[in-house]
Amino acid sequence: MNLLGKLSWDSIPHDPIVLTTLAFVAVGGAALFVFMTLAKKWGWLWREWLTSVDHKRLGIMYIILAFVMLIRGFADAIMMRTQLALSTNGGEGYLPPHHYDQIFTAHGVIMIIFMAMPFMIGLMNIILPLQIGARDVAFPFLNNLSFWLAVAGALLVNISLGLGEFAMTGWVAYPPLSGLEFSPGVGVDYYIWALQISGIGTTLTGVNFLVTVLKMRAPGMKLMDMPIFTWTCTWANVLIVASFPILTAALAMLTLDRYLDFHFFTNDLGGNSMMYINLFWAWGHPEVYILVLPAFGIFSEIVSTFTGKRLFGYKSMVYASGAISILGFIVWLHHFFTMGSSANVNAFFGIMTMIIAIPTGVKLFNWLFTMYKGRVRLEVPMLWTLGFMVLFSIGGMTGVLLAVPGADYVLHNSLFLIAHFHNTIIAGAVFGYLAGFTFWFPKAMGFHLDPKYGKISFWCWSIGFLLAFMPLYVLGFLGMTRRLNSTDNPDWNIWLYIAAVGAFVIAIGIASQLIQLFVGFKNKDKNLDKTGDPWNGHTLEWSLASPPQFYNFAKLPKVEDLDAFTDMKEKGTAYQRHESYEPIHMPSNTNAGPIMGLLSTALGFALVWHIWWLAGASFIGLIVAFICRAYASNTDYYVQPDEVARIENEHLDNVAKG
Amino acid sequence: MSQHDHDAHSHGSVGSYVIGFVLSVILTVIPFWAVMTSAFDRATLFAVIVVTAVVQIFVHLKYFLHLNFTKEGKIDTLSFIFTAIVIVMVVALSVWIIYESVLMMMY
Amino acid sequence: MSTSATAHHDAHHDEHHDTGRNTTLGFWIYLMTDCILFASFFATYAVLFMNTAGGVSGKDIFDLNLIAGGTAALLLSSITFGFAMISAYKKSKGGTLLWLFVTFLFGAAFIGIELYEFNHLIHAGHGPSSSAFLTAFFSLVGLHGLHVTAGLIWITVLFIDVAKRGLQDRTVTRLGCLSLFWHFLDVIWICVFSFVYLMGAM
Repeated sequence: MNLLGKLSWDSIPHDPIVLTTLAFVAVGGAALFVFMTLAKKWGWLWREWLTSVDHKRLGIMYIILAFVMLIRGFADAIMMRTQLALSTNGGEGYLPPHHYDQIFTAHGVIMIIFMAMPFMIGLMNIILPLQIGARDVAFPFLNNLSFWLAVAGALLVNISLGLGEFAMTGWVAYPPLSGLEFSPGVGVDYYIWALQISGIGTTLTGVNFLVTVLKMRAPGMKLMDMPIFTWTCTWANVLIVASFPILTAALAMLTLDRYLDFHFFTNDLGGNSMMYINLFWAWGHPEVYILVLPAFGIFSEIVSTFTGKRLFGYKSMVYASGAISILGFIVWLHHFFTMGSSANVNAFFGIMTMIIAIPTGVKLFNWLFTMYKGRVRLEVPMLWTLGFMVLFSIGGMTGVLLAVPGADYVLHNSLFLIAHFHNTIIAGAVFGYLAGFTFWFPKAMGFHLDPKYGKISFWCWSIGFLLAFMPLYVLGFLGMTRRLNSTDNPDWNIWLYIAAVGAFVIAIGIASQLIQLFVGFKNKDKNLDKTGDPWNGHTLEWSLASPPQFYNFAKLPKVEDLDAFTDMKEKGTAYQRHESYEPIHMPSNTNAGPIMGLLSTALGFALVWHIWWLAGASFIGLIVAFICRAYASNTDYYVQPDEVARIENEHLDNVAKG
Repeated sequence: MSQHDHDAHSHGSVGSYVIGFVLSVILTVIPFWAVMTSAFDRATLFAVIVVTAVVQIFVHLKYFLHLNFTKEGKIDTLSFIFTAIVIVMVVALSVWIIYESVLMMMY
Repeated sequence: MSTSATAHHDAHHDEHHDTGRNTTLGFWIYLMTDCILFASFFATYAVLFMNTAGGVSGKDIFDLNLIAGGTAALLLSSITFGFAMISAYKKSKGGTLLWLFVTFLFGAAFIGIELYEFNHLIHAGHGPSSSAFLTAFFSLVGLHGLHVTAGLIWITVLFIDVAKRGLQDRTVTRLGCLSLFWHFLDVIWICVFSFVYLMGAM
């Protein structure tokens, strides 16, 4: 028996691009390691951050993960665009199919699962408990564990770069292509375990935040008093809880097919690969609403804050999100109209898909009416919002076009489709997260980002987006299909060149994003947010210091209005000094989360490479670690009143000065 | 004391467990008996199985899982109903999609 | 118990009760996700059960006497778990342990019967690799069996917990969650024996 399973020296790819990347990662990693060791920061990192159960810190770590993976995923994107610009007109380009196929698969998986999801969950982590006046989430340890499961998945995807290969199936990994017969390598196994492990983490997040919202709202806050971002996150969590198990099931079946010779999706012995496609999209469609609904919530908060008005049609916004969530569960077949189900089936799902545009339209009009006769402050978050409203509408309309089964037969799997979903996910979800990032950055970190580079970033993203994706709509109409690594149609050249330019403009946008962080950090002392309310906000998170105290609220706020903090400011009850405080019950940091994350990574890695002893050991380790954590004794502590009073008075003095 | 009363109410008593158990036994025995003795024709058997299964699920939800519409228990019940709706949609639509596509392939 | 200790206990009681409610609700929502996981496997079974690839169908291999036995064991374990919970709320340690033990025995009997059935089928050449129908059948029934096995491990852990530390609030909350889990698996089993076994054997 081989102790290392299928793993050997030959597993390291010999591709020069990969080896260069690995060398850079190794040098960078070593530099980071030396720096951390010299600065003696390891203990601090472990105690204060990695083991933290504080939702705000977990949120920040989620967003760091999202940014790292954004860069990784974008590197894939720019490689694809340059490859296509070089290899159009019959050229070879520099990426052979074997490599190119891994790149587009990794790009999709990373951007959806390891960039967009952590970004969204990170913002939700930081803000949602603050908006409902809670001291933490319902299950703080579980929150930490969810984060580490997401990291475990991300690690597996990145390990695949240096050991073995990633899937070459596209991010959907349809069988029979992803079955053992046609994908005998470890790529699909990396895909399966990365998604499975992080997906379980996401499910736990959904459960956690639903209980938080249902059980931990501040006194007086009814469900219909919750801020709109909290509401849209809640709908997203409902969707997570209802749809991620379907992904778990589909991946489990694919696993059984690959590992134990089962026949769910094989060509022979009665398997039906269409069932995988069906299950995948029964998860995949709700998933896009999971990504975009919180973004809609962010835009709503921003529009209302930067026009200085109450959100127009709050109730219709909540119900529209609910309608989108329910309808989101009966439209999934539009991802595979061409699979060849009957005309009735296609008609039903086509009509349902068109109907879902109605609640989305309701939202857009609500934002417009909120701005109507308002005094719009054109700060960076508002720029992202306005950009979204223009660009996302294009994506929405091309979506309605694709919802017509007849039209879809022509455009399916063409670049028109690629343009459409990037139009909705970038201009919808990613713009929303970046808007939320600048909006809440002072809250989370205590100082402002640099607005100049923020604006540059916005314009580069928007213009770059148009340059990169409008040509793809055209190419779709001209008949170019997705996932090609070289083409020889001279009519396509110009459009592929423009798209490549667009990718580089977006690259400048991402760089500006990093520069605004850097400049922000450098000028930190000049841009401190001392009051905790930099934008004249409406909701409870702005009533706290920036960054908020680790216990969030010294006294739980009494909520009497939808815009709770505006209400307090009007009544003069904001920034109240209290005579005395009560002890605050807080959860302690725990090693269990990172340890279980590490064990999950080991488990996934062992299963990918068939290292059975390691798989067994880490699985048992996981169960033992969980039981140990369940019976750990020092899981909580009390913050004493005098300490609370000291921290609170310090903050209120700051506010008074500001 | 009111806390204790509430506990007794939502966690069930020996009596309610016994009622639930007896009903479940009856609802299990009927379909097993019907199928094992081929008591009816196929269509009726099918109906008997479906009806007893659905009724038994409700019995379990009420007597064993203690779902109810009180202020405390409402959210559990509502989340179950929501889940049930999602399941009906996902399972029914999936079966419809795949069966239709199989017909189109003219096996 | 001294007065101060009692006061201390009361002060903490509310908070722990609240977390207890959170835990139970969280666990219930987790069970809903589990429900959807099972639903996906049921949907797949519904799609694949006719695809026997020329091999055996449900009618050929289902032994309803065996299934009736398993069902009886699971139903009995349901009511005995109910009694365990009633004892736990009455703070009767002995009763809780006794009924947990009985529940464990019935659950183990169910798993025993299932393993016997699976073993028998595999040795007769009807393993999960033989056809899409058998794949779907083994996976769906096996998924339920895995859950019951997890339940048995959980019963063992809580049995030791109760035996060593008695019925603290935290332990009773956990027993409550396990009770939900156990009865939830019953509901799944109703679907399994009705839609897989009985309809398959019709």
